[in-house]
Amino acid sequence: MFERLSVMLMKEFLQLRRDRWMMFRLIVPLIIQMVVFGYAATFTVHHVATAVLDLDQSQASRSLISHFVATSRFDIVDMAENRKQITSDIVDDRAVVALVINAGFSRNLENGRSAPLQVIIDGTNSNTALIALGYIGQITAQFSSEQEGRPVALRVGSVSPVTGIKLEPLPWFNEGLNERWFFIPGVIGTLTLLQVVSLTAFAVVREREVGTLEQIMVSPIRPFEFILGKTVPFFLIGFGDIALVSAFGILWFHVPFIGSPLVMLAGAALFLMAAVGMGLLLSTFSRTQQQAFALNFFLLNPFFILSGFAFPIAAMPKALQWFTLINPLRYFLVIIRAVFLKGVGVDVLWPQLLALALLAAVMLTISVLRFTKSLD
Amino acid sequence: MAGPGEAAIRVQGLSKSFGPVRAVRAIGFDVSPGEIFGLVGPDGAGKTTTMRMLAAVLQPDAGEIVIDGVNVAAEPERAKLHLSYMPQRFGLYEDLTVSENIFFYAELFGVSRNDRMTRSQQLLGAAGLLPFRRRLAGQLSGGMKQKLGLVCALIHTPKVLLLDEPTTGVDPVSRRDFWAILYDLRESGVTIVLSTAYMDEAERCSRLALLHGGAIRYCDTPSRLKVSMPGALLAIPATDPRGVRDALTGKPGVLGILLMGDRVHVRVDDAARRIPELQRLLAERGITEASVEPTEPGIEDVFVALLGQGSGP
Repeated sequence: MFERLSVMLMKEFLQLRRDRWMMFRLIVPLIIQMVVFGYAATFTVHHVATAVLDLDQSQASRSLISHFVATSRFDIVDMAENRKQITSDIVDDRAVVALVINAGFSRNLENGRSAPLQVIIDGTNSNTALIALGYIGQITAQFSSEQEGRPVALRVGSVSPVTGIKLEPLPWFNEGLNERWFFIPGVIGTLTLLQVVSLTAFAVVREREVGTLEQIMVSPIRPFEFILGKTVPFFLIGFGDIALVSAFGILWFHVPFIGSPLVMLAGAALFLMAAVGMGLLLSTFSRTQQQAFALNFFLLNPFFILSGFAFPIAAMPKALQWFTLINPLRYFLVIIRAVFLKGVGVDVLWPQLLALALLAAVMLTISVLRFTKSLD
Repeated sequence: MAGPGEAAIRVQGLSKSFGPVRAVRAIGFDVSPGEIFGLVGPDGAGKTTTMRMLAAVLQPDAGEIVIDGVNVAAEPERAKLHLSYMPQRFGLYEDLTVSENIFFYAELFGVSRNDRMTRSQQLLGAAGLLPFRRRLAGQLSGGMKQKLGLVCALIHTPKVLLLDEPTTGVDPVSRRDFWAILYDLRESGVTIVLSTAYMDEAERCSRLALLHGGAIRYCDTPSRLKVSMPGALLAIPATDPRGVRDALTGKPGVLGILLMGDRVHVRVDDAARRIPELQRLLAERGITEASVEPTEPGIEDVFVALLGQGSGP
C-alpha cells in the first residue's frame, strides 16, 4: 500500500515540477488577487462628485458648504445657478450628490427654526449612495451643533429630524474599522478554496480524459490509494497557499495575527479536506476538463457569494441561509477572521471546527463512493 | 497457477448490459497458454466491453472469468498482478519522459529495481525506442506512443496480455515491430488476447472468435474458419469493379460480392458450374474476356460470408 501511494505521489510532484508554468499559476494569481483585494476592495467613499446650489448666499450657507469641502469625502464639481443645472448634473453623471440650500436658510437658523437642506443623490449605486448619505448626516450634525443648537434638518424624501442622542462608537478587535483587516483573512480562505477545488478536479479529470486512469486501474492499485495519491498533493498545496497568503497579509498589509497558529492549522486542515473532497466530487460529474472547468466556474461563484466573505449571511433569505450550511468557506472564514483579529481559541470556535469536520467527512465519503462507481 | 494442459483464460457465460443495450451476451471461450487469441468483429460487436471485463476494470453482470487460475471477480488485485491490459489508446503521461512512464508503471506493479532496469532495456531495444528514453511521451509519434504503451504494459512480465485494437492508427513499420514483439512474447509463453478490426491482423492469430452483436458466432483457427466458409470464392480482376458488382448482384448461385480494389471477390455455391455463367453475364454487360478464377478466401471473405447475412450457427 505504502509503495503504491508513494509512487503516485512521486509521479504527481514530478508532473507538477515538469509543468513550467505551474509554479507561476499557483503563486502569481494569489499575489495579484491579494493586492487587488487589499487595495481595491473597500466600502469607504472618497471624493464624491458634488454639485451645490446655494440660493441663500449667506455666511451660514457658505459655512455649511465649507464643512463639506473640509472633509475629503466630497468634491464640489459645480456651483450651480439654478435647479435645472442641478438636475442635469445628476442626470449626466457629472455629480453623484447635489446639495440645495434654499433662500432663507440663514434667517431660519437665526430665528431658531429648523433650516432645511435638500440632498439629491444618484441611487444607481445604492451602496455608495447610502454611505454618502451617512457622511452628509454626520457633517450636518456637526454643523448644527456648532450653530448653538439650531438644527439643520436634512431632507431626503422625508424629513429625518436630528435627535439629541449622541453615538459614541467603540469598535472592538478592529479599532480603526480597517476594512483590510476584514477582507484579507477572507481572501485567504476564498482564494485557497478556488485553487484547491479546481486543481484537484482538473487533475483527476485529466487522468480520466487522457486514459491514464483506466491504465492505473488495471494495475493492482486500489481506488482508495489512487484517490489519496491524487488529493494529498493538492492538500499540501492548499497549506502552502494559506501560509503564503497569510504571510503576505501580515507582512505587507500589517493585518494583526493575535490568535493561535495551532487553531488556524486545525481549521485549515479540515477546510482543505472538505475542499479536496469538493474537487473530487466535481471530477466525478465531468468527463472532460472543459466540463470540469464549466462546472467549477458555475459552482464556485455561489460558494463565494454565500460565504459571508462580503455579504452578511444573516441578511440573506432563509433558503440561501440554509445553503450556506454546506459551504465550507462559511465556517473557515469565521475561524480565520476570529484567529487573526480576536485571538479566540477552540473554546469559542468548536462549532465551526466541528461543522468543517462533518462537512469534510461527508464530502470525502460521497466523492470516494461516486469516484469508485464511476470507474466502471 | 495454470497447470499443464489447463487454460490460461477461461470465460463462461459472460454478460454485460448498458441500460437496454446488451453489449455482451453470455459468451464463453478458453485460451491455452501461449496462444494468440483474436476477437474479431465490427465496431459495436462487444470487443472492448469483453476486453475490459477480462482486465477487471469493468464488472460483468453475469459469468465467470478465470485467468491463470485466479477468479477475477473474487480477487481482482491478485489477478491484475499477472495481467496486462492495453486499451486502444494507452494512457501515457505526456508530460513525463519515456523512462519516467516506464518507471511509474513498473513501480505500480511492484517490479524490483534490478528487474526494471534489465527489462526496460530489453523492451525498449525491441521496440526501437532506446534513443528516445529521455524524450517526453507527448513528443513521440503515434506509432512510438503505441510501442511505449506496450513496453509499459509488459514491464511487469505479465502472463496474460490483453490488447484492444493495439495497432489502430499505427504506421506499417511500427506495426511490424509491434507484431515481432508479440511473437517473441508468445515464444516465452505469454498468452495474448487481442481484438482487432483489421483482417490481416486477424490472420496472424492462432485462433479467432468472430463476435457479432455481443455474441460469439464462430470460434476456430483461421484456416479452419476458411474451410468452413460456405460456397467457393472466385476472383475477377476488373478495371470497373462497381460495373462487375452491378452485373452480378442477385444472379442465381451468387452468395455474396466483395469489392477488393482492383478485383472483385464473388462467392458462389458451385465454382465449376458458375464460372461460365458469370463470364456470360459479364459479356452481356459489355465486360468481355474477364478472367474468373477460383481463389483462396482471406479472413475478410470468411468474415463477411459468416456474419454478413447475420446468420448464426
